[in-house]
Amino acid sequence: MSSENPPPVGKKRKSIKEISPIDAYKLLPKTNCGECREANCMAFATRLVNGELMLADCPPLHTLEYQDSLENLSHLMAPPVRTVTIGTGDRAIMIGGKYVLQRHDFTYHNPSPIAIDVHDLMPEAELLERIRHIEQFSYNYIGRTLVLNAIALRSVSGDPVTFSRAVQRVAAASTLPLILCTLDPAVMQAGLSEVSRRRPLMYAATEANWKQMAEIALAHKVPLAVFAPGNPALLRSLVRTLMEYGLHDLVLDPGTFGDDGLSDTVSNFTEIRAAACKQFDELFGFPLLGVPLTVWTGAELSEDVLKWKEAITASILLSRYADMLIMHSMDGWVLLPQLIWRFNLYTDPRKPVSVEAGVKTFGRPDPRSPVLITTNYALTYFTVESDIKAANLDCYLIVVDTGGLSVESAVAGRYFTADAISHALKNYDVGSLVSHTTLIIPGLAARLSGETEEATGWKILVGPKDSSGIPQFLREHWQPENEYK
Amino acid sequence: MTGKNSKPPVTPDQILLALAPQLRELFDGVHQVELEHFSMEIGDLELFIPTTGFGTTNAAHAALSHPFATKPIDLIREPYTPMAYSFPGKIREVTLGATKAEGGSRSHSLVIGGATMPAYFDRTRPPVHSPVISLDVFDMPVNLPKVLRENVADVMDDPAEWAKMNVNKFGADVVTIHLMSTDPLFRNASPATAVKTVEEILQAVDVPLIIGGCGDPKKDAEVFTAVAEMADGERLLINSVTLDMATSKTLGRVATAARDHGHVLLAFTGLDLNNAKELNRRLYEYIPPEQVVMDLTTVALGYGLEYSFTIHERARYAALMGDNELAHPVISAATNAWAAREAWMKMPPVFGSRELRGPVWETINAITLLLAGIDLFLMMHPAAVLTLKELIPRLGNTGTASPDQIADWVGVRL
Repeated sequence: MSSENPPPVGKKRKSIKEISPIDAYKLLPKTNCGECREANCMAFATRLVNGELMLADCPPLHTLEYQDSLENLSHLMAPPVRTVTIGTGDRAIMIGGKYVLQRHDFTYHNPSPIAIDVHDLMPEAELLERIRHIEQFSYNYIGRTLVLNAIALRSVSGDPVTFSRAVQRVAAASTLPLILCTLDPAVMQAGLSEVSRRRPLMYAATEANWKQMAEIALAHKVPLAVFAPGNPALLRSLVRTLMEYGLHDLVLDPGTFGDDGLSDTVSNFTEIRAAACKQFDELFGFPLLGVPLTVWTGAELSEDVLKWKEAITASILLSRYADMLIMHSMDGWVLLPQLIWRFNLYTDPRKPVSVEAGVKTFGRPDPRSPVLITTNYALTYFTVESDIKAANLDCYLIVVDTGGLSVESAVAGRYFTADAISHALKNYDVGSLVSHTTLIIPGLAARLSGETEEATGWKILVGPKDSSGIPQFLREHWQPENEYK
Repeated sequence: MTGKNSKPPVTPDQILLALAPQLRELFDGVHQVELEHFSMEIGDLELFIPTTGFGTTNAAHAALSHPFATKPIDLIREPYTPMAYSFPGKIREVTLGATKAEGGSRSHSLVIGGATMPAYFDRTRPPVHSPVISLDVFDMPVNLPKVLRENVADVMDDPAEWAKMNVNKFGADVVTIHLMSTDPLFRNASPATAVKTVEEILQAVDVPLIIGGCGDPKKDAEVFTAVAEMADGERLLINSVTLDMATSKTLGRVATAARDHGHVLLAFTGLDLNNAKELNRRLYEYIPPEQVVMDLTTVALGYGLEYSFTIHERARYAALMGDNELAHPVISAATNAWAAREAWMKMPPVFGSRELRGPVWETINAITLLLAGIDLFLMMHPAAVLTLKELIPRLGNTGTASPDQIADWVGVRL
């Protein structure tokens, strides 16, 4: 890729892919003290530039002696998109900290937090109920709990006293990080003074109010969002001005247009992130805030249609560089795909997608326990594992090395075959574990049943297509008393 | 810029509802939510992602401000010209379907591909050819999730009627006929039977067709060869040819038939760009590259969509940077979204009804890969299809934002 004009702002820097372990090693203490538990400083440097360790993992660096080294290393390793922290304590969230435009070039850090809105004219009971929902919404996905991350409190009243009271209520009801949303500096001042120690994000500085908002943010030392809908040039100007003002914890909202203007939204987010990651443009080197909630300000449509639009807008923004989202819908069908896609997008694309092959034991299986088989694609394995554990089953699960392919792909690609199953049964000496010779294969591998019976001499039972059906399948079809040799 | 110009006579969701009346019900929420206890145990797993990024200090950035400098009084106007990026490569253009004048019987042909930029990367260069949508038809009863089945239940026994419904009711640009019945492990239907089915579909609809096989490399070769001969000149997209076919020595036969009878091949590989390149190189021995489309594998959201997303982003960048072996249009079987249990399963009420969860799953699966550069989607649910058909032109049309509309989102009472 080539660009026709020179970088606008910022000196020549190396991208994370160009930084070599030697670059980092030169700036480390080079004492091989081992306090980081690595073999030596070079090993530490290698893992540092790989994103596996942080500067904080090298204790000597943080002593007076190495002050200059730390500063130089911090500069070397700084992501082109700054990291901004919102909230304090255990539930604080970090946003931004991105090194690359595309995840395959390194990996994305700091999964985009999702904030849900409440407003200052909500009746107290409704407000508390909504906060309770935000706190409780969660989904267990391959062993991880996916949750919502923040509350965005909007001033609909425009009244400082009303807003201040609402801020107190929300702060008392939840320890989640807060975003205080009002474009009126007087309202902001009133609300912020209640919770400034919790480091909320101020939303937002605009062309009209930037000076007063800057003063408030400076006085309270809290991060400030900058709002310039559909106007990247204005956004840059505001950022420049606010940086001159002494503010460095900024979050950029280029405007989210879910209907007309969706294309501009995608273009703006992309342009800004490309400028930061490819040109090291410092004025655009801040986290981006997407607000799918804005679809609710458009045409009057049925609620489900608006929710549908919000779901789609949110997913587009997650893929297109939003480092944080503010949403309105609390419906599971709107939020679930966002939480899962966010989790997926922020996995490390350099990590293998497979788990180790072999025989896994669940519960306390005996010789009459069922034997199941699956592939070593990580998501396949963890899904099956979750289902077996959830049902407290006692069984053996054979994991076949299919090169990290799912059952369906591995059957189609001839990695999960009668021969592969036969090899696995022999290699792992499965016959010695149980007193029967019945193997349950995935429903998606049903076509292999005949060949597999021939190749292995085992009786093949075709299990369910989805592993959630395993408990019921075993109840209905597993009769160990008939299975003795 | 205001949003006054180019307002459609009806809003997109009016179209959405008009084209798929069953969605009115759906959106009106008349469907009963079915309850079923559903839970998963949290395993103690160490996988994939660090939950936080790297720490960094402000010292890392060249500070623009100085603690004792005067605070600015006026907004400092900063010049801004969006960076103009350019890439040396270009994705090949591939034509699907042929009109009478072109040697076939379709009412029109479609061109896919032609990209010179990553998708939606540069507002001044929208896609050269808008991505298109194919709807699926199966030639035998298949197990479809309830939410998909109810839209097509009346036509599931009649592929020709099903194809018509896809075009007339749901707006399919292309129809895919999956010749599942030819699978030796199912019905083992003969190539002659498959040919007859394809003939019926060609009669029933006049859009370009995609011919799906059963996945058995030998049987598919027989079926594809027979269909290619029968539909001489129709410029079908044959779905698909694989490295397995190379192993079973049937690839040459299919590719030659496609070349001789004027069809296009879909080269399928499993999330592996080296395999994709190898398969394409083998195909170039038989057929012009302008008759090759790639399927790099679409995995469902929640089951590895990120691998599909990233492999498509990588392939597209590599192609635009000059890797000719990857400079082909790409398709995505967004229907695969339904493999995710979250799409079809009854779940606790907090996760909403599957009548909405399912279609939104397919929609997001498709849109995510649209952003990664997909040129043609294989889809099923009408709501997902209609959303994509409405979204694709909108994503290619910049300068339509009206900042006033969202300027005060903060103060809107909802």
